[in-house]
Amino acid sequence: MQSALVVVIMSFIVFSGVFLVGDPVEILVSDDADQEEREMMIKSMGLDKPFLVQYGIFISKAVRGDLGDSFVFQEPALLLILDRMPATMELAVVALLIAIIFGIPLGVWAGLKPESLASKSIMTGSILGFSLPTFWVGIMMILLFAVLLGWLPSTGRGDVQIILGMPISVFSWDGFSHVLMPAVNLALFKLSMVIRLARAGTREVMHQDYIKFARAKGLKESRIILVHVLKNILIPVVTVLGLEFGGLVAFSVVTETVFAWPGMGKLLIDSIGLLDRPIIVAYLMIIVFLFVFINLVVDICYSILDPRVRLEDIKS
Amino acid sequence: MRALRQIGLAALGVAALSGPLHAADIVIGVRSEPSSIDPYFHNLGPNNGMLGQIFDRLNDWTPGMDKMFGRAASSWKPINDTTWEFKIKKGIKFHDGSDLTADDVIFSYERAGNYTGGNSSFRTYTKGKTLKKIDDYTVHIMTEKPYPLMPNDTTTVMIMSSEAKGTGGKNKGISAKDFNNGTAAIGSGPYKFIEWKKGDRIVLEKFDGYTGPIAQPWDKITFKFIKSEPARVAALMAGDVDAIDNVPTSDVERLKQNPKLSLSSGVSNRVIYLHMDQFRDSSPFVTTKDGQPMNKNPLRNPKVRKALSMMINRKAIVERVMEGIAIPAGQLLPEGFFGRSNKLQVEKFDPKGAKKLLQEAGWGDGFGLTIHGPNDRYINDAKICEAIGQMFSAQGIPTKVVTMPKNVFFKRASKGAKGGLPEFSFVLVGWGSGTGESSSPIKSLLATHDKSKGMGASNRGRHSDPRVNEVLNQALATVDDAKRGALLAKATEIAIGENTGIIPLHYQVNTWATRKGLKFDPRADERTTGYDYTLVK
Repeated sequence: MQSALVVVIMSFIVFSGVFLVGDPVEILVSDDADQEEREMMIKSMGLDKPFLVQYGIFISKAVRGDLGDSFVFQEPALLLILDRMPATMELAVVALLIAIIFGIPLGVWAGLKPESLASKSIMTGSILGFSLPTFWVGIMMILLFAVLLGWLPSTGRGDVQIILGMPISVFSWDGFSHVLMPAVNLALFKLSMVIRLARAGTREVMHQDYIKFARAKGLKESRIILVHVLKNILIPVVTVLGLEFGGLVAFSVVTETVFAWPGMGKLLIDSIGLLDRPIIVAYLMIIVFLFVFINLVVDICYSILDPRVRLEDIKS
Repeated sequence: MRALRQIGLAALGVAALSGPLHAADIVIGVRSEPSSIDPYFHNLGPNNGMLGQIFDRLNDWTPGMDKMFGRAASSWKPINDTTWEFKIKKGIKFHDGSDLTADDVIFSYERAGNYTGGNSSFRTYTKGKTLKKIDDYTVHIMTEKPYPLMPNDTTTVMIMSSEAKGTGGKNKGISAKDFNNGTAAIGSGPYKFIEWKKGDRIVLEKFDGYTGPIAQPWDKITFKFIKSEPARVAALMAGDVDAIDNVPTSDVERLKQNPKLSLSSGVSNRVIYLHMDQFRDSSPFVTTKDGQPMNKNPLRNPKVRKALSMMINRKAIVERVMEGIAIPAGQLLPEGFFGRSNKLQVEKFDPKGAKKLLQEAGWGDGFGLTIHGPNDRYINDAKICEAIGQMFSAQGIPTKVVTMPKNVFFKRASKGAKGGLPEFSFVLVGWGSGTGESSSPIKSLLATHDKSKGMGASNRGRHSDPRVNEVLNQALATVDDAKRGALLAKATEIAIGENTGIIPLHYQVNTWATRKGLKFDPRADERTTGYDYTLVK
């Protein structure tokens, strides 16, 4: 119910915001076109109608699952975006995996031995991950790994295979080599965050009674860390990552632009440049749905990690 | 190759083996993606450039736009004042093996002229023309009045197969989607359409049945869309693409030093110029020196406009802002184009003369001004605005500079004020002549704004002089090339030379870069076409 309200309010804000900016006809029309031609375009896009009428048409179509046709391509906006979604999802999932696989061990290590040199370097490094702008890091990575060393391709997406009906590229070397750099670029910020969360969690958990008890029981250090520490630090990590995954998908815009990755983010940026209103609106609507959905998944993950949290509690 | 690359990486950790997979394949990193494969969907540079490789036109331009040649047409001539005869080459095949005949030409012009939807059609070039089939290889195009630009107009509309099948209702039953997925994309050009992955790439393949005048140096052409400038340059340096277009001016010097790359630059048909408000007595962005509104508009005085033009140091702009990659302009089209004036020179930088002219005009004390421009449309557009602002301010016209993204700018510049009038007083814009001669910019930029006649559609300063309209109309009805050229030159001399209706700044120069061993013939129409790349031995 709340979610539905959020969606409706969002649609109005987005639609009116987009309506205020510029004139798509001026952007799309050819220089040579005369006044008559311009007026025909305005009519065919439905831009001659007043704002509320346009919004009404949009809503009445939207409830039937039609978010309008793109001005630029004149194909359904929803399909155009969904067409690009696998590429963005793939990038976001790989980035998330990188953040988890490298972030948690590094963070736990830094939490266990806070005074060691390695830990201090990890923490300093994570500050860089936070503070360096994504596009700059991306371009530096291209210069280093593609231009100077020639190890990885600089831009674009590799060969795509159809796996479970989805076009996926990471399972071939060509595809993986293409996805690696943008994914690391996208992951850097999250990686730093996971390191910090894991470190803070570890430091707190290590002083808890149950860890002392486990030690007293004579459990191996590795078991203490892998089972007792890890399980307890995962809850904040999962919460934050869950929410951040939405962010990864929605705002991979910069990375996709730098690496010419054919995902939704690049489509959004191109569409903003061309004032392709239906795409912008449809994109933001999809993102709203995505966030609502991810929150649900996060709640379910909680209940698995922490038996005290039951789904009934979440519902209430 | 891929396996080799993997071994190379794993074992040696050295640079991946670079170079294209096949000697006759080329991968080109381009800035702009077309919006459709439908040839009549969108009359815009990226579409016209890409699709012209798949579809033939009756006529086309050489890369420098200095010569027209027949693509589907073997000859063309006026047979009386209002009729042109086009002979079509025999033996042209479409990609599906069928023949190109007069029926296809008429079908194409009809679909182009009646196109519904799309983002600006080719009606500008088909309006008022009637096509008649004489026999399979002869078409007559008739107009009501004498129409000299007929051959120029036939360099725009592409020819598709009348047998193409579609699934739509309007537009002869073929929708843009049928082209985008390839089913209806049947042309007769040198390259066949293979696939379009939106946002990623378009792949073309050599058409073996092609017999036309355009070279086919490649078996396969892949266009990759890389919008970000540093990424496009990096992709070339890393060897992921063989060539790129729109090299940013700031990188040109550095890339020239790189022994692995070669660059080619060519002047384009695009002039960058300034529009000045000449229709309001009180112009919103012309103020007193301390920023108060005025009820007088100095820009309506041709002497003031001329003085402003003299205050601009074009040489400095070209050298400093454009890093030498532009040519100072004194009129609408660079040398070599049709309908230029030989008399008009580039306005000399002359601060003293400007001061004197201002005094003569009664504005010796100067006035305040705001210059508006886009910041993502033309090469270094915002920086040019800043430079001009400083030049004016230094010479007694305190000038504010406001730049904004093109998607906001153009609406306000064209119809931001009440009643759909231009909002700004002094704007920087550019114009590329689609027909390759000067009637198109005179008609759109300098003729009196008149909706019923379709004149002055982009006249954002509303410059208006009946003499210009008269000479232009005369030119548009003169079939004789030499006479028409002289008339167009005369119209330009009045509008720019006498009136300073607009202030031309420079002609844009575009730069393409390739890996060593390749060459690109720079195109004045700013198109990046695969067949203009050649291997150098």
